[in-house]
Amino acid sequence: MSHASDFVLPKYPASWQHRHLLGLENLSAGEITTLLDIAEGFSNYFRGGGSKLPLLTGFTVANLFFENSTRTRNSFSLAAKRLGADTIEFSSSGSSVAKGETFIDTAKTIESMGADAVVVRHATPGTAQLLARHLDCSVLNAGDGPHEHPTQGLLDILTIRQHRGSLKGLTVALVGDIAHSRTARSNIWGLKKLGAHVIVCGPATLVSKQWESLGVEVAYHLDDILPRCDVLNLLRIQFERQATRPFPSVREYALLYAMNSQRMRRSKPDILIMAPGPINRGVEITPEVADGPHSVILQQVSNGIAVRMAALWLLLGQCTDSASTQF
Amino acid sequence: MNRVPDTTWLIENGRIVDPAQSLDRKGRLLIRDGLVAAIDPSDGDLPNNCHRVDADGWIVAPGLVDLATELGEPGHEEDETIETGTQAALAGGYTSLACSANTDPPIDTAAAVEFVRQKAARADRCRVYVIGCVSKGREGEELAEIGSLVEAGAIALSDSPRPLNNTALLRRALEYCLMFDKPILDRPEVPSLTRGGVMHEGLTQLSVALAPMPAEAEDLATSRDLRLLETTGGRLHLSCISTRGSTELVHRSKNRGTQVTVGVRIGNLCFDDERLRSFDSNYKVNPPLRSQDHIDALIEGLNDQTIDVITAGHQPRALEKKMQELDAAPFGMSTLDTALSQVITYLIEPNKLSWSRAIECLSYMPAKVLGIPAGTLTPGSAADVIIIDPRAKWTVEPSELHSCSHNSPLKGEVLSGRVQMVWVGGHRKFWRQ
Repeated sequence: MSHASDFVLPKYPASWQHRHLLGLENLSAGEITTLLDIAEGFSNYFRGGGSKLPLLTGFTVANLFFENSTRTRNSFSLAAKRLGADTIEFSSSGSSVAKGETFIDTAKTIESMGADAVVVRHATPGTAQLLARHLDCSVLNAGDGPHEHPTQGLLDILTIRQHRGSLKGLTVALVGDIAHSRTARSNIWGLKKLGAHVIVCGPATLVSKQWESLGVEVAYHLDDILPRCDVLNLLRIQFERQATRPFPSVREYALLYAMNSQRMRRSKPDILIMAPGPINRGVEITPEVADGPHSVILQQVSNGIAVRMAALWLLLGQCTDSASTQF
Repeated sequence: MNRVPDTTWLIENGRIVDPAQSLDRKGRLLIRDGLVAAIDPSDGDLPNNCHRVDADGWIVAPGLVDLATELGEPGHEEDETIETGTQAALAGGYTSLACSANTDPPIDTAAAVEFVRQKAARADRCRVYVIGCVSKGREGEELAEIGSLVEAGAIALSDSPRPLNNTALLRRALEYCLMFDKPILDRPEVPSLTRGGVMHEGLTQLSVALAPMPAEAEDLATSRDLRLLETTGGRLHLSCISTRGSTELVHRSKNRGTQVTVGVRIGNLCFDDERLRSFDSNYKVNPPLRSQDHIDALIEGLNDQTIDVITAGHQPRALEKKMQELDAAPFGMSTLDTALSQVITYLIEPNKLSWSRAIECLSYMPAKVLGIPAGTLTPGSAADVIIIDPRAKWTVEPSELHSCSHNSPLKGEVLSGRVQMVWVGGHRKFWRQ
C-alpha cells in the first residue's frame, strides 16, 4: 500500500502556459510529453495502491455533460476526487435549453457555484472554445462533437508508450468512422507530433482522401495495411452523427473492418489492440480479440484517470503553492 | 423625403468617382433642388448662398445601393428595425436599399409591401425599395401574387435567403415575370447537399469537424438556374455566389449572351474559411466563407465583369441567437455599417480592385439590376451623394455600430476608409463629427 508520503510530485513545469485544455492540435510535442510524464507518475502511484493525493484540495471541478457519457464523466469525477477536489455534476441529454436557458448561461450558472474548472462535453464542435471565451475558470474539453477529445488522445498515446517506450517510428492505424470521430482527430495531432506514422482506414464514405493533407496515410482496406501495423485503434461507428447511412449494412462493415481471429493471425505478433469504447462486439471487434492477450482496452480506461488527473493538476495547480511539495 | 431641399451644396476639391460617366478626377459638384445640378460649374453659375464642403483628399461618389438587405420588420424586430437598419445604411454610405422579403409574415402581399414603404417613409433616412416573394409564404410551392406585388411597388422578386429549390416553380416564375420586367433574385444552393451544414467543406472543415457545405451544392444550382434562364429569357440575378465553379459557369453563360447578373457578398470576399477556426458564430454565414482559391476566383470575376454587384449581405441577428453552439446559431453577419470600409481595406488598398470598379459594383450596377434611378452623379439625377475619407483608420467596436444587432466578426479590427457625409435627394442625412 502506497501512501501520499511516498509520492514525489514532479516539479510544476514552469513552461506550462495553458489555462484550458481544448484539444491536442494546439499543443506542442513538449507539452504533450509533459502531460504524459505527469500522468505516468500518477498511474504508477495508483498502480502501487496509492490513496488520494491532496493536490487540489479546496478546488471544485464541474462536469458539464450535454451528451450521454458514462466512462468519461466518471473518469473525470474520479480524477478530481483522487486529487482531493470537490465535484459538481450536471448532465442533460440533448440541449440545455429545455427550460429556455442557453448552453452558455447553464455553464455560467455552474461556474458561479464556485467551479475552478469546467469539464464539458457537447455534440457541437467548438463548444469548449466558446466556454473558454465566456467563463473565467479553466475549461477541459471532454469531447466536442467530432472535433477533439484531448484526454482520449492522451490516454491512447500513454497506453502505447507504456508498451513501446516511445511513439517514434511506430505505425498506428485508426480504423472505422474517421469522419465523425473526435478520437481520430485528437489521436492524429498527438501521434504525429510524437513521431508516429498514422494510417486512417475505413469505408470511403467515412475516410476521404482529403485526410492526407493532415499528414496521414489513407487506406480503404484493413487487410492491406494490417501486416504493417504496430497498433490498431478501433473506432466505434457513430450512427448518431451520420446524416445519411455511409455503408449498406453493419454486416458488410464487420466483413470488411471487424478485427477478428483470422485477421489477428495476419498481424504483427506484438500488435496492440485498442478501442476508445464503448465497443460494439461483433461490429468493429469480435469478443476473442477484445478479451484476448493483445487487447489493452481496459488499461486505456485506467490510464484515462491518470491522464485526467494530470490535466486537472496542470491547469489548476499553478494556482496552488504546492508546485514542488513532497507528501 | 419628397420635400425639395432649399439648401444648395458645393462640394469642392474632392476626387469625383462616377463610373457611369467614366469619371475619376478632381472636381467640384453642385447639389441644388435635390438634384446633382452640375459637375465643375463655372463660378458665375454658383448661387451666392451655397454651403461649401471642402473635400480635399476625399472621394465623392454616388450613394451606395444594396440589393437584398434584411431590415427585420415585420416579425424580427429583435434583430433589426427599419429605423435602425436605415441608420446603419447611412453610416455605411448606402442611400438606397432593397428590403428582403424574408420577414414574418413574408412580403407576399401588396399590404406587406405597403407596410415596409410606410415604415421607411416614417424613418425618413435612406431610400427603401421592397422585394416581394416569388412564392406564397416563401414556401417554394406556388407563385405569389407577383402582379399585385409589382403593382404595390415591389421592384424585384425573391425567396432569399431560401434558395429556389423547386425547379418547376423557378421556371414558371421566370416566365411569369417576363410580363413585368422585374428581376428574380436567387441564391443558388442544392439544400440536400448542405443540410445541417455550418461551413465550407474543405481542409479547414476537416480539422474543425463542423458539418460541411460543399461547393458543388452551389455549382449545381447555378448551372440549373443558368440553363433555365437560357430557355425562358427574362431577368435573373444570382444574388450571392461564392465559388470558383459558379463564377466559371456564369462567365461561360455570359459569353453565350445570357442576360444574367450576379452578386457577391462582401463577407465572402474578405474572409476565408480559416476564420471558423475561432469558432466565432459571427462567421457562420450562408453561402459559407470559402477557401482562398474561391475568393481569388470571385475577385477575378469582379474585375473581368463576370460578377456585377457587391452586396453587403446584411443579416442582423440578435446577440442571444448568435451566443449559441455553432449548430444552433443562425446564419448571418451584420455588415451595413462596415461594408464599404471592408471593400477599401480588403480589396482597394491591396490593389485587388480599383476605386472606379468598386463604386460601380456597389452603386451603379445594383441600381441597374433593380431598375431604379440611382447609382450615378450625372447632372439631373437625384443627389444621392457620399463623401468618403479613404485614409481614415478606425477600430470596429460592434456596440458603436448603428445596426440593432452587433453580429459583426470585426470587433477590434482596424479598417481603412470611412464615410464622412451622405446626401439623399439633396438632404444631408449623415455626417461624421
